[in-house]
Amino acid sequence: MGVGIEVKDLNAWFGKAQILKEINIKVDPNAVTAVIGPSGCGKSTFIRCLNRMHETNPDARLTGSVQVGDIDVYKPGTDAVDVRRRIGMVFQKPNPFPTMSIYDNVAAGLRLNGYNKRHDLDASVEHSLKMAALWDEVKDVLKKKSGSSLSGGQQQRLCIARALAVQPELLLMDEPASALDPISTGKIEELIFQLKTQYTVVIVTHNMQQAARVADFTGFFLMGKLIEFDKTEKIFTTPSDKRTEDYITGRFG
Amino acid sequence: MRSRFQKGLDELKERLLEMGGMAEAAIELAVDSYRKRDGRLAQQVFERETMINESERSIDELAVDLLAMQQPMATDLRFVLAVLKINSDLERVGDLAVNIAQRSLDLAQEEEVEVPVDITRMSAAVSTMVRRALESFLSAKAEVAQAVLEMDSIVDRMKDEAFVNLVAQMRQNPEQVRQYLDVLLITRSLERIADHATNIAEDVIFWVSGADVRHNARFSQEPDSDAPRRE
Repeated sequence: MGVGIEVKDLNAWFGKAQILKEINIKVDPNAVTAVIGPSGCGKSTFIRCLNRMHETNPDARLTGSVQVGDIDVYKPGTDAVDVRRRIGMVFQKPNPFPTMSIYDNVAAGLRLNGYNKRHDLDASVEHSLKMAALWDEVKDVLKKKSGSSLSGGQQQRLCIARALAVQPELLLMDEPASALDPISTGKIEELIFQLKTQYTVVIVTHNMQQAARVADFTGFFLMGKLIEFDKTEKIFTTPSDKRTEDYITGRFG
Repeated sequence: MRSRFQKGLDELKERLLEMGGMAEAAIELAVDSYRKRDGRLAQQVFERETMINESERSIDELAVDLLAMQQPMATDLRFVLAVLKINSDLERVGDLAVNIAQRSLDLAQEEEVEVPVDITRMSAAVSTMVRRALESFLSAKAEVAQAVLEMDSIVDRMKDEAFVNLVAQMRQNPEQVRQYLDVLLITRSLERIADHATNIAEDVIFWVSGADVRHNARFSQEPDSDAPRRE
């Protein structure tokens, strides 16, 4: 089952530049939450703070707290690698391991976590590929074809399968369909809709129609601040803040 | 702001106001045709209705194009939705003006009788409602639209009074039932035009404020108690 997220007083910096300012947000379990806003508003930094990817940049620092289910993400002693295992992430550009087979791409995370029994791996790879709606397309070439031989849309679903294989509690997606054609985008969106029965999903997107289509809740970020967070239908029909209205109607700036 | 999109929105507004002008003129002509027992004026109402119908089609088309190609959001989405609904209301106003004109033609064939209903006063109230509703759309002012909603009960009362008085007349002068029935139908059409003006005003409030005030829910500028979480 998905888990809830609670972010309190989150501030984040790269060097001296403050990227996020006093973010407070509570995300429901098993909901899809979209994060929208103009380039540079801090939305990608925000989701990278949720699974401690932010700190992989040497200039990065942050204050505040992030609770994901029972994980106090920034509590001293919390293992960052464990956090990243429990909070999966899918990036804008599909990044399968190019020389590995489709099977090995999905199994990679499991092997890193010590799972080596053939039967367990087979079952988990099949389950993950089915969850990612890719199984039917690749089941006959699992070990024959490399991840990079797939189409862009298939590669992205392979990356989603890879993220799901380690059974995360939360799935973060940073513009997962921005490099895909409409058919592949439709498959990813349908997949997101299916995934929320088992996972909590947070998706960063520049495509407001996509946010409107897939998300239960939407947060609008501007210059590092969370301006408005509400049900998606409210944000896209009657936003409360003029800045949100101006952004989503294209009157921004 | 995307200039092509803005141009489309402006055009939609302009065309709807033009159609509103036609509907207003149709009501005036229809009522004049009754007051003056003038069949030529009734004929002009029928011609207006054709123009109104054409206008309805072209506005629908433009609105659907904007929805499909520009995917409006928030206030723009509410605007296009309001236009689609107002468009339909104005088309119905045109139909009701035709009903009045048809009754007027009927009455012109009959012996003239004294009627206990002030159609001029009632039609003036109805025309004011339609004009104010269109003004609220032009100026995007929810408070002007709210005033229209408050006028609806006045017209309803006029129609109820007309009904009571006309039924009494029918009892007293059964040989003139046909004329009284025609007048009753005219008051009914006027009252329904007022209802459409109310719908238009409600749609303007929805567009401007996002509030749904249909079915007696009142518009309030007070902040929503179920306000969203914000910075």
